[in-house]
Amino acid sequence: MHTVLEAKHINKYFKKPVLFHVLKDINFTIKKGEFASIMGKSGCGKSTLLYILSTMDTDYEGELFLNNELITGQDRQHLSYLRNKHIGFVFQFHYLLSEFTVLENVMLPARKLAEKSAQEIEHDAMQKLKMLNIDHLAKKRALQVSGGEKQRIAIARALINNPSIIMGDEPTGNLDSYNAENVFNIFKQLSSEEGLSLLVVTHDEDFANKTDRIIQMGDGKIIT
Amino acid sequence: MTNWKVILSIAKTHLLTKIKQTSTAALGVTFGIGSYITLVCFMTGLNNMLDNLILNQTPHVHIYNEIEPSAKQPISLYDDLSESFNVVHSIKPKLSQKKIHNALPIIKHLEANENVYGALPQIKTQIFYIAGSIEIGGNLTGINPLDEAKFFNMADYIVEGSAKALHNTDNGILLGIGIAKKMSLKVGDRVQISPINGGIFPLKIVGFYQSGIADLDAIQSFANIKTVQRILGKAQNYITDINVKLYDIEKSIPLSKQIEKQFKLTAIDIKTANAQFETGTTIRNLITYAVSITLLIVAGFGIYNILNMLIYEKMNDIAILKATGFSGKDVQLIFMSQAMIIGFVGGVLGLLIGFGLANLIGTIPFQTEALPTVETYPINMNPYFFIIGFTFAMLSTFLAGYLPSKKAKKIDPVKIIRGQ
Repeated sequence: MHTVLEAKHINKYFKKPVLFHVLKDINFTIKKGEFASIMGKSGCGKSTLLYILSTMDTDYEGELFLNNELITGQDRQHLSYLRNKHIGFVFQFHYLLSEFTVLENVMLPARKLAEKSAQEIEHDAMQKLKMLNIDHLAKKRALQVSGGEKQRIAIARALINNPSIIMGDEPTGNLDSYNAENVFNIFKQLSSEEGLSLLVVTHDEDFANKTDRIIQMGDGKIIT
Repeated sequence: MTNWKVILSIAKTHLLTKIKQTSTAALGVTFGIGSYITLVCFMTGLNNMLDNLILNQTPHVHIYNEIEPSAKQPISLYDDLSESFNVVHSIKPKLSQKKIHNALPIIKHLEANENVYGALPQIKTQIFYIAGSIEIGGNLTGINPLDEAKFFNMADYIVEGSAKALHNTDNGILLGIGIAKKMSLKVGDRVQISPINGGIFPLKIVGFYQSGIADLDAIQSFANIKTVQRILGKAQNYITDINVKLYDIEKSIPLSKQIEKQFKLTAIDIKTANAQFETGTTIRNLITYAVSITLLIVAGFGIYNILNMLIYEKMNDIAILKATGFSGKDVQLIFMSQAMIIGFVGGVLGLLIGFGLANLIGTIPFQTEALPTVETYPINMNPYFFIIGFTFAMLSTFLAGYLPSKKAKKIDPVKIIRGQ
């Protein structure tokens, strides 16, 4: 099957306060439509790995491929573009822009990409919101919605440019079990119905057990 | 690939949701630019008035016969002594006529010059004003009143009567206001004057002259050229001074040199004669600009501060923008455009306020003995100042926005997101 993301011999060091080898020779691939989760104890480097995979952290050794294109060593401007087009992000804390409405938040990455007209983008955004059952919130300010709703809005935003992969850094870590279940179901549905790849860092064993594949990390290495 | 529409809409939303901070920053610029415009209009208005006080009445080139010793004494013409060291004691000035030889053809020649706006003949002479048994020394200048009014704004300095009245009255005199006060004379009275070579002539007072310089007003009077020629008992071609006004004041130096060479007369240009005025103007302008720039720098720091605060508040937003695909440059542009919008709005408001204040000052009554024609504070509304002010507003906000926005550009989203 088509490979979306591939990491080859990723090594990462923290230089401050003392030299520390965080990630040791990480190799793995994510295929199209695969729903993978990364698990591990705090400090084992799973978030660090995720940020390298997300192209936001460029200070590492090794090679990273996105849709079979080498992205290691690309300039930041191009990385921003790749992130915009191919990677959707969902964080533990919801990180919506509080001054903007829900709809504007969802539309923002697409407006940055500027491949579609304003009407098309708005239409797409409404569709994503509808898919997540939060279209009634569209005109509300991001500050006025609840935590679970915020996370769903963040997912809608991650989906707006139809990315190749969605990355999550403990997307359910801050949600109650009802909302966590809800978010999981959305992810599962996206993976099975839309063929979207997902890579989620999580502490939640129940959540991880329901995914297609668990990448277990310990001391900067992949164990299984 | 810069997507201005998105960047500007984000900048606009940031500015509008923080309207208090935005308006504080914009008001800083408004205040700076407003006071710059007010200050510079007022100061240059005053400058121009003070300069005009002297310069308007001063010819650009003043031509006359200087009484001076001959540069070559007769002994140097004597060949036998040419090899020796000659000392001449107690040199006296050469006896020469005060009048300019061939004055009328020279005036015609000057008027034919394309740089010359006007060349006016004058006769300057010393006289006594006679009040009973008292004789008061003074100057009488013979002029063409209508031409003087046209070329040297003489009408501005006639406080009673007019140049026309002087022109029309054969035995008229335009008396300095100082003398009129001393001798308690009114328009229509007669004053007796006596030239140095004797005789007494009664002249009819047709008006008063006030230059604003009290010492001058206490001695100076004007009469028609013909009247002065008659008083002195001289012919119609007796002219002692020629005053030249040029279209371009900068040409005064070469012209005066040329005249000196061509006619063997003394020609003083306005730059040499009034060097101190230029210095005063320069220093006043310097002060104006120093104060304005200080105000704008203070406003600039205000913007810098507010943008810095904004960026600290918006750390999370910046991180999320970067995570969703905005590049560092985009983020920098978002904050830069905020600074420039603040600068633009503040600057335009400042120009309007400056315009209003300057106009307001222009209506405040300002009456002084020294300046007979000035009724309100003088304002120099030069569009150039508005251009400078606006440019400065944009420039200072650009600089004030540049540093904080550069910081926003460099913010590492990973650090912010992990730091939560």
